[in-house]
Amino acid sequence: MKNKKRMMTWFELLRTFLAVGIAVGFAVVIIFLVSGQPLEAMYKFFVTPLISFRYLANIIELMTPLLFTGLAVTFILQTKVYNLAVEGMFYAGGLAAAMAATLIKMDSGLHAVLALLAGLAAGAVIAFLPAILKLKFEANEIVSSLMLNYILFYIGDFILKTYMKDPKSTHVASLKFAETARLFEFTKGIHFGLVIAVVLIVAAWLFLYRTRWGYALRMCGENKNFAQYSGIGVMGTILLSQMIGGAIAGLGGAVYMMGSQQRFNWEWRSGYGWDGLIIAIIARNNPKLVPIGAFLLAYLRIGSDIMSRGTDVQNEVVSIIQGVIIILIAATGFLSDYKKKLTVKMIRSAAKED
Amino acid sequence: MEKGTEILSMKNITKIYSNGVLANSHVDFSVGSCEIHALLGENGAGKSTLMKVLFGIEQPDEGTIGFLGKQVKIGSSDDALKLGIGMVHQHFKLVPSLTVAENIVLGKEPKKHGFLDRKKAVEITKELSERFRFDVDPSACVQDLSVGKKQKVEILKALYRDVKLLILDEPTAVLTPQETEELFEQLNKLREAGLTIIFISHKLNEVKQICQRITIMRHGKSVGTYDVAGLTVEDISRLMVGRDIILDIDKKAAKPKEARLFVKDLSCKNEAGRQSLDGISFSVRSGEILGIAGVEGSGQEELVELITGMKPLDQHGGEIRLRAVLPNGNEVESEPVSVRGLSVKQIRQKGISYIPEDRMIYGCAGHVSIRENLISSIYDSKEINSGLFLNQKKIGQWVHNAVENYDIRCDSALDEIGMLSGGNMQKVIVAREFSTNPAVLIADQPTRGVDVGAIEFIHRKIVEIRDQGCAVLLVSADLNEVLELSDSILVMCQGKISGYFPFAKKVSEEELGYYMLGVKKQPEEELRRAYSEE
Repeated sequence: MKNKKRMMTWFELLRTFLAVGIAVGFAVVIIFLVSGQPLEAMYKFFVTPLISFRYLANIIELMTPLLFTGLAVTFILQTKVYNLAVEGMFYAGGLAAAMAATLIKMDSGLHAVLALLAGLAAGAVIAFLPAILKLKFEANEIVSSLMLNYILFYIGDFILKTYMKDPKSTHVASLKFAETARLFEFTKGIHFGLVIAVVLIVAAWLFLYRTRWGYALRMCGENKNFAQYSGIGVMGTILLSQMIGGAIAGLGGAVYMMGSQQRFNWEWRSGYGWDGLIIAIIARNNPKLVPIGAFLLAYLRIGSDIMSRGTDVQNEVVSIIQGVIIILIAATGFLSDYKKKLTVKMIRSAAKED
Repeated sequence: MEKGTEILSMKNITKIYSNGVLANSHVDFSVGSCEIHALLGENGAGKSTLMKVLFGIEQPDEGTIGFLGKQVKIGSSDDALKLGIGMVHQHFKLVPSLTVAENIVLGKEPKKHGFLDRKKAVEITKELSERFRFDVDPSACVQDLSVGKKQKVEILKALYRDVKLLILDEPTAVLTPQETEELFEQLNKLREAGLTIIFISHKLNEVKQICQRITIMRHGKSVGTYDVAGLTVEDISRLMVGRDIILDIDKKAAKPKEARLFVKDLSCKNEAGRQSLDGISFSVRSGEILGIAGVEGSGQEELVELITGMKPLDQHGGEIRLRAVLPNGNEVESEPVSVRGLSVKQIRQKGISYIPEDRMIYGCAGHVSIRENLISSIYDSKEINSGLFLNQKKIGQWVHNAVENYDIRCDSALDEIGMLSGGNMQKVIVAREFSTNPAVLIADQPTRGVDVGAIEFIHRKIVEIRDQGCAVLLVSADLNEVLELSDSILVMCQGKISGYFPFAKKVSEEELGYYMLGVKKQPEEELRRAYSEE
C-alpha cells in the first residue's frame, strides 16, 4: 500500500518514456529504410542539435512560442472543454500585437507592454467564444472552435491587407514594427519572451495547485458533479479556465511577433497552436512538465531540419515520430494490463499484511 | 409446452462483484411456464443482479442455470436471446433516432443484397403488432414516442426474437395508471399465448393483480417462493422488509430543541412531467435525527436536491427555509431564511452539510488525493487560505485532524481517494461534511455499500453530531438504518408523506413497510404533526 502513489507516478513516467522510445525506434527504422547514409542521418538528427551552441539557441528560440501554446492548452483542457482554437488565439494575439506595434506611436517599453496586453486580450476573447457557445447553447466546441480558426485567419488576412500592408513591400506583409514595441533580445533568437514564459509557467503551477481558484478549476475538470456539489460555480470556473488559456496563447502570439519577427506576414497558420496540443498531451496538463514537452518537440524539429539539410532524409520523419508519440501517450489503455497487474499485486500484498 | 412445468431453474447462484459486494448468495429461483412470476425485494436485495446473471450480463461465481430442461451457460445477452430469454430494462435500450421497425429488427435484421430490408422490417413490425395487438406505428421515430409506447417497442423487440421467457424490470415505474392497465392486459394476453414473464416491481397491488407466484429476495438471499393467491398485501410486505440483522446503535434519547429546517408544501415535477413531490411538509429540529423511509424513487432524491440547492427551488412549488448558523459557529439565527434563489455555495455557507447518495458521482473526485477531497467544502474559506494562496500548513492540520478523528485508513493523505475501500471513501466524505460544524446535516444513504465496521462508525458519528445540536435529516433505503438511527420517522410513498412517527422506537418494520408500499396511509391531521414552526 505504501508505495501506491509512487508506483502510479513511476508508471506514468515509464509510459511516457516508452512511448517516446518506441516512436524514436520507428524513426530509426524509417531512416534505415529510406536513407543511403543512415548513420550520418541519425547522428545529425539526434546528436548535432545538442552539441552546437547555435543549434541549442535554435531549439530555445523554437521552444519559446511552444511554451506559451503548451501552457495555454493545459489550461484549456484542464476543464475538459476541447477548444481547438488555440491556433486562432495565437494568431489573433500576434495580429493584435502587430496592430498595436504598427498603428500606434508610444514610448519605448510602454509600447511593448501595450502590444503584449493587446495580444493577451485578443486571445482571451477568442477563447471565450466557443466556451460560452458550449455552455449556453450546447454548441459542440470542437466544431465551433475549428471553424473559428478559419474565421480568424480570414479576418486577419483582411485586416493585414486593408490597414497594415506595407505598400513598399513586394509580398503581403505589414509595416515594420516600431522599435519601441520590440522585446529585448539577449542573443540572436533568444529574447525577453523566454523570461515571460518561465515566469508564466511558475505562476501557472502556483495558481493551479496552490490557490483556491486553481483548486476549483481542477475540481471542475476532475468531476463536474462533485464541483457543483461542493459549491463551486462550475460554469464561471470553466469560462475562467478557457479565458486564462486564451490569454496565454494570445500573449504567446504577441511575444512571438515582438520577439522574433520584424513584420506581421502570416498569410496562413503558424502551427504553434497545434503543437501546443501535442505538448499539453505529453505534459499531461501539468504546467511543470510543459518545458519538457516543448523541449522535446523543438529538439526533434531542429534535429530533423539539420538532418534534412545535410542528408537524403526528409524532415517529414519528424511528423511520423510525433504521430506515434501522441497515439501512444493518448492511449490510456496502453500498458493498462500491466498497470492492473501491478495494482492487484499491491492490493493482494497489502491484504496479506493486514 | 404444458402449463406449470418448470421452464427456468437457477440453482445456488452466488455472485460477488469485484468491489467485494456479495450481491447474490446461494440463490435458488425457479419459474413455471406460462406464469407471470414476481420477483420482489428491497433495493439492494439482489434482484437486479440475479436478472443480470440470467440475461448474461453478469457471470455467476457459482451455481447453475437450467432452461427448458437443459443446463445452459449464458455468457452474453446474445446467448440469452438465442436461448429465448428476453429482457426489458428499466431504462430503455432503444436507438432514439431510428424508427420503430428499425429498432425492433436491430440485431437480427432482414436482409436484401446484404443491406437492411426496410420494407420487410416494416412488414415484420406490422405483423407482430397485429398479432399481439400492440398499437405502434412501424415508421414512427422512437424519440417521438411516449414512454408507454417505447416500452411496447421494447417488448415487441423481445417478441421478434421469439423469446419464451421475458424479464420486465420495474415496467410500471415510468407509466401512468392508464398505461399500466393497458400493459397488464397485454401481459395477460401474452401469458395466454404461452409466454412466461418475470415481473420485477415494488408495487404490491400490481403484483397481486397480475402475478401468479412470487419469489421474495432479501439481502442477497431468496426468502422463498409463494402462491400469490394465498397472500395478502400485508403478508408480502412483511416478507419483504423483515429484518435479519439487528444493528444496535448505542444512543441516548434525543433532546430536540428549536426547529432548523422547514419544508412546507413542497411539490415538484421531474423532467418527464411526473409529479415526483406532492405537497411535502415537515421540519427537522436541532438535536434530532429525522429519518425518511421509503422505496427508492418515492421523491427522496428530488427532496434532497431541492434542500441542498443542487436543483434550484424557484421553478417549483413550496418553500424551504432554514435557520442559518451565525458567524460564531455555535448559534443559529432566530429567523429562518428561504433557500430560494441561493446557490449551492450560499446554502452550504448557511450551515447545511450534505452526504450525497452516490459517493463516486457527487461525493468525491476519484483521481484526486484524499487531501484535496477533504477540503472541497471549505476550499475558499478563511480557515485554509492566507492571502492569495491556500495555506498548506493549515490544510495539513485540517487533513490530519480529519484522518485521525474519522479513522480514515490510508497510508498517506496524498493517495488518490479512488484507491480507498468504499467504507474509507465514505469516511472521507463524512469527515469533510461534519468538520464544518453544520447546523443541518442531510445524510442521503450515508452507509450504502460500505462494510459493517464503517457503518457502525458512521452511525456513531451521526449520533455524535446530533448530540452537538445538529439537525439531521437521514434519507435511507435501508430500513434497519432508518429504524435504528432515527429519533422520528417520516415515510414517503409516491411523492407524498404517507406516515409520520414521532417516536421511532415505537414503530415496527412491518408497520413501516405498510406505509412504504402504500398499503396504509395516515390521515392528514396526523401528518401535519411533522411540521412545526417552533
